[in-house]
Amino acid sequence: MLCCICKEKEATVHLTQIAGDKMQKVDLCEECAKTKGVNDPTGFSLADLLLGLGASQEIEQAGGGVEIKCARCGFSQADFKKAGRLGCPECYKTFRDPLEGLLKSMHKGVRHVGKVPESLRHSRDLTDRLKVLQKRLGKAIQEEDFEEAAILRDEIKQTTARLVAPTPS
Amino acid sequence: MDIHNFLTPPAEMARRKGPYDRIVMSSRVRLARNIKDASFPGWAKKPERVRVLELIRPAIEGLPEMKDSFSETMDSLSSLDKTILVERHLISREHAAKSAGSGLVLNRDETLCFMINEEDHLRMQALRPGLQLRQAWTAIDQADSLLEKKLEYAFSPELGYLTACPTNIGTGIRVSAMLHLPGLVLAEQINPIIQSVNKLGLAVRGLYGEGTEALGNVFQVSNQMTLGETESAIVERLEKVLAQIIEHEENARASLLEKKPKMVFNHIGRAYGILANAHSISSKETMNLLSLMRLGVDVGLFPGVDRSLVDELFILTQPAHLQKQHSEKLSAEERDLLRADMVRERLRPVSRPIAKPSAPPGAGLDKQ
Repeated sequence: MLCCICKEKEATVHLTQIAGDKMQKVDLCEECAKTKGVNDPTGFSLADLLLGLGASQEIEQAGGGVEIKCARCGFSQADFKKAGRLGCPECYKTFRDPLEGLLKSMHKGVRHVGKVPESLRHSRDLTDRLKVLQKRLGKAIQEEDFEEAAILRDEIKQTTARLVAPTPS
Repeated sequence: MDIHNFLTPPAEMARRKGPYDRIVMSSRVRLARNIKDASFPGWAKKPERVRVLELIRPAIEGLPEMKDSFSETMDSLSSLDKTILVERHLISREHAAKSAGSGLVLNRDETLCFMINEEDHLRMQALRPGLQLRQAWTAIDQADSLLEKKLEYAFSPELGYLTACPTNIGTGIRVSAMLHLPGLVLAEQINPIIQSVNKLGLAVRGLYGEGTEALGNVFQVSNQMTLGETESAIVERLEKVLAQIIEHEENARASLLEKKPKMVFNHIGRAYGILANAHSISSKETMNLLSLMRLGVDVGLFPGVDRSLVDELFILTQPAHLQKQHSEKLSAEERDLLRADMVRERLRPVSRPIAKPSAPPGAGLDKQ
């Protein structure tokens, strides 16, 4: 088995990390293990290491040989391989598919469930409200309750207007 | 402004108290944020970094809790001052290496610190003495909520706050505590503990964060996963794990004193012997020996000595702090001599450790 960093020397250091129900494996040659600080159990995190490997490989594969480049900042998969970091927030859209597997292996979930900026919270609430209103409108029309439908239609109009208007500060 | 004049004197810093500060030296919550429509600092060209800096810095300075803050660009700080900030755990080593286009804003009592254009556009952290993760989270959450009114963050409804490194995406939070664990190290239980903490998805690192060794038996425990879990859930998980580590450390100390008292007294006595008599000592050796003295104070081998004496030396004996006390540039060898002089002087009023603890562990520690 070849080292998964240099892909030249024989891998002699095999690491497995189990976090929760996820298992991650890395095979390294002695030299790469040393440079990555694997010998020091206190200063080493497998996630950091995997980042430089898995991500760039997956991005390469997803590109099918064609280099993907971020349209906003010009960042490419080769840059990611070098830096282990992305170029700009837009890169998350550009490299969305290849990153998904990586995020899955690194994190508890693939969807954000934490804090949301207030300005977006506002628009998210309105979007949710719009969905509910539209459902009720469909039902009202089906039941031929046109009085209710008229009220709902007006409310949908207002909500849509608030959604496109700039958020109140 | 000279950073050294701004910073709280080490003697005062060492006297700050917090819950469980026998074992938990400090708590920290860091959030990573980025500006929409700008490249991350590592990829951005200098003009763009400067533009982001000039956008973020006034926004932070305008926060009510940042009144009278220390605010500088990294190119206006000397490398010595930057190292002092690293030794105080206020900025990362990575940030200390930055120059033009990066900045730092630190509040008056050093409980809130903002790094601009480190790995992300904004890394903000709240610090507290002892175990106060929830308080630190509340403080940084409030600051973040005020800032988001002035700055447009890069945020995606699915992926949360977008960060330069995918390991920080989502909440962008890192909750961490700095722990002093000499009992677990002496009892040789530290490796299994680190391994089981790792299995819970938490990272254990050395004194200065990523990739550093555990000098002075000080370890940092922090979350690794940032996506798919709320900030509160992460804080809660850390709290639970820390409570267990604290218990294990207390048990290790008690059982060592019961089963191997001579081994403990030997380590502490030798540490005192060297610190109180050495004429040349490295920063690394000093930290490791001060850690044992701190344990000695905790278990009552130095009656009447306050832990703050040791904690102050922890700060003062580090290379940049030592250099700052002398006007001429010191070589490492000269620093080792001056360090030994200072430690000998400071320990002069401290009698050598008694052979048996006179007071129950923990007694005499609440004195100011």
